[in-house]
Amino acid sequence: MNEIRLKNEMKNMPREMNVEKTAPDPAREPSTPMVEIDRVAFFYGNQPALKNISMSIPRNKVTAFIGPSGCGKSTLLRCLNRMNDLVEGARMEGAIRIGGKDIHREIGDVSALRKQVGMVFQKFNPFPKTIFENVAYGPTIHGTKDRNALSAIVEKSLRATALWDEVKDRLNDSALRLSGGQQQRLCIARAIAVEPEVLLMDEPCSALDPLATARIEELMVELKRNYTIVIVTHNMQQAARIADKTGFLLLGELVEFGPTEKLFTRPADQRTEDYITGRFG
Amino acid sequence: MTHMFKGVWKRGDLFIWLAGVGLALSLIMVAGLLLAIFINAATFFWPADLMRISLKSGGTVIGLKTGREAIPQPETPEASARYRLQIKQGNRDVTGADFIWIDEADIARVEKAEGALIVERREWGDFYGLLKEVREGGGQVAGGGASGLLTLQEKMETALAIHAEIDDLTKSDIGRVNYKMEKNRLAMASLKPGADDQALARLSKERKELERHYQELTARLQVLRDKQVGEAVFLTADEREISIPLAKVIQVYEPGALGAVGRIGFFLRKAIDFVTDDPRESNTEGGVFPAIFGTVMMVMIMSLLVTPLGVVAAFYLREYAHQGTMVSAVRIAVNNLAGVPSIVFGVFGVGFFIYFIGGTIDQLFYAEKLPAPTFGTGGILWASLTMALLTVPVVIVSTEEGLASVAGGLREASIALGATKFETTWRVVLPAVMPSILTGLILAMARAAGEVAPLMITGVVKLAPSLPVDGLFPFVHLERKFMHLGFHIYDVGFQSPNVDAARPMVFTTTLLLVVLVVLLNLAAIWLRNRLRKKLSASGV
Repeated sequence: MNEIRLKNEMKNMPREMNVEKTAPDPAREPSTPMVEIDRVAFFYGNQPALKNISMSIPRNKVTAFIGPSGCGKSTLLRCLNRMNDLVEGARMEGAIRIGGKDIHREIGDVSALRKQVGMVFQKFNPFPKTIFENVAYGPTIHGTKDRNALSAIVEKSLRATALWDEVKDRLNDSALRLSGGQQQRLCIARAIAVEPEVLLMDEPCSALDPLATARIEELMVELKRNYTIVIVTHNMQQAARIADKTGFLLLGELVEFGPTEKLFTRPADQRTEDYITGRFG
Repeated sequence: MTHMFKGVWKRGDLFIWLAGVGLALSLIMVAGLLLAIFINAATFFWPADLMRISLKSGGTVIGLKTGREAIPQPETPEASARYRLQIKQGNRDVTGADFIWIDEADIARVEKAEGALIVERREWGDFYGLLKEVREGGGQVAGGGASGLLTLQEKMETALAIHAEIDDLTKSDIGRVNYKMEKNRLAMASLKPGADDQALARLSKERKELERHYQELTARLQVLRDKQVGEAVFLTADEREISIPLAKVIQVYEPGALGAVGRIGFFLRKAIDFVTDDPRESNTEGGVFPAIFGTVMMVMIMSLLVTPLGVVAAFYLREYAHQGTMVSAVRIAVNNLAGVPSIVFGVFGVGFFIYFIGGTIDQLFYAEKLPAPTFGTGGILWASLTMALLTVPVVIVSTEEGLASVAGGLREASIALGATKFETTWRVVLPAVMPSILTGLILAMARAAGEVAPLMITGVVKLAPSLPVDGLFPFVHLERKFMHLGFHIYDVGFQSPNVDAARPMVFTTTLLLVVLVVLLNLAAIWLRNRLRKKLSASGV
């Protein structure tokens, strides 16, 4: 059912989608959370990585997960689009709902989930193909064959990531010839080309220089109008700059979750304060 | 002292020298080998002047110097060594030996043999001598000398045209009739006794028709043969008169009369003939076209077979199989397979492909031809399959290495976009690993083009009556035996009755094989670089 709806949306894609996305949609009540994480625990074999985590991630906001290395923030992010399925011997307990639907039971197959929940990785990883093919890859996988429709999607996605003006004359060049920052923005364009509702970003700027980082951050603020963004970051300043809500994880536990400003200025938990003031991490 | 040595060791100078010497040695050996092949091969086509050698012991020889060596005399010291010359005097039919040794001490005079001609014949090798007269149907049409040569060359043109016509007639027209007759015979043989009178009647009628057509063609052939009336009379060095029918002559030329440009033109023409002509005189003369064709075709078929097989195997090993002891064992086995002597693969090919699979195919589809085997004997398909088996480890290993170096991030990115594992493999991993696959294929092709041992028992022959591709349905005949450059070298060099005549052929064929392998590799490398350029960041 869901898939059919998505396919239809795909067919009417070219221009009106912009309108659809920006106009207020009565079906999407902004007040309901986009992602609900309900008592999630996660194990690698017998090793617990996440313990009893519950949180609600708001729609059209940037939510950041911070915490020291190995605290489980990436694992939590990867639970949201079931990337952890690929890890042998891994197991999740609890439930995650996206748009009110359980990702394991109610959203068609895993492919449909990942179409709804896009992901951008720490190390930018464009395919060794042309710029055009990179962006068109997702839509092609999901059944868009028409060249004109694909061109429209590519242009729209590249415009959304402010890459269009830089690459419009060389769409058939290898994506690997772009600079690091451009490659990462291309990866974002590739992720939003399938029109996801949630965009997961796993330390998207850690391999970039400060200027490129600034551009990606601007982009995130821009993109949250249309997408719900969940970002994992090592960089507390970055979380402070762009996130609306921030969660602090430590040793697999969600220590504190709240509005970014409150978390950084008046943390409720002593461990949060120790971490953000640099006493460990 | 120890301190100083220690310093040298620490700095690693010694190691750098050793490495340099090693590299230089390898380069010198390779360059020397190539140079030796090249020089020996290149001189083969060059039209050298004929010499007239008068002997003190009486008699004259017209010929070409082909070698010089010390006469083995065990008792005498080095300084007083005497030498002898190897002379190619041709005229095998007259003198019995076309190469002779002449003691240098026995030579009275050496001079350029003015007016001496080289006659390239279809049989008996070259003839060296002077033109006495040109005859046609018994009557003389021209005398000797320059004017005679002119007339002779004119007559040669018509003789060659007639020969080409005869060749065409026997090879294509009569070949086609024979092929149809054979099919007809098999169809008749496969009819059950007394089964269908109509079919039998139809087949016998067809047979009659074919026989009539065959008679027609042989009559036409006879008419053409009757036209071959020209002959030329030559004088040998010792003034004997030899008459040679023009039908047996390929070309006549006077090397002494050729200028520099003429010689280069001649050289090029000979080189082209070498790669485009069929062999003659049990492979010691003529060209090697069937061997080139066979080699290239075998390598192509092998590539078509080995690439999918090796790539699929490597993908399974690296992408799908659970990485454990079993996969490690398989991987070791695959690597070891690359070290198995090639003749073992040949024996396997004979036992499995030819006798088992080929024999089964024969029983199922070609029963009417039995006991004469169709697929149950060596052929280009089986040889290619055996070669594919021999080279599949190379493709597997190189594809696996390529797969290992494809960044895991690419797979993740594709999966995260909602692609399945198969879509990821097909659309992202396979294109990214393509250059590695091509690298494997290059290595496999180089190996297959140079390998001889397994081919000798799976379908290569000294002389194949027809190419594996021709104008007769189904055009590609994978069951046919074929010729191969590597085997050609072995055969001409070591199995030939006339070693001296064959020697230049060996070098030329070797050069050709090396060139062919280099060309095949260059083509594959060019393809790979194009792909890499398309994929890579550095681009240009």
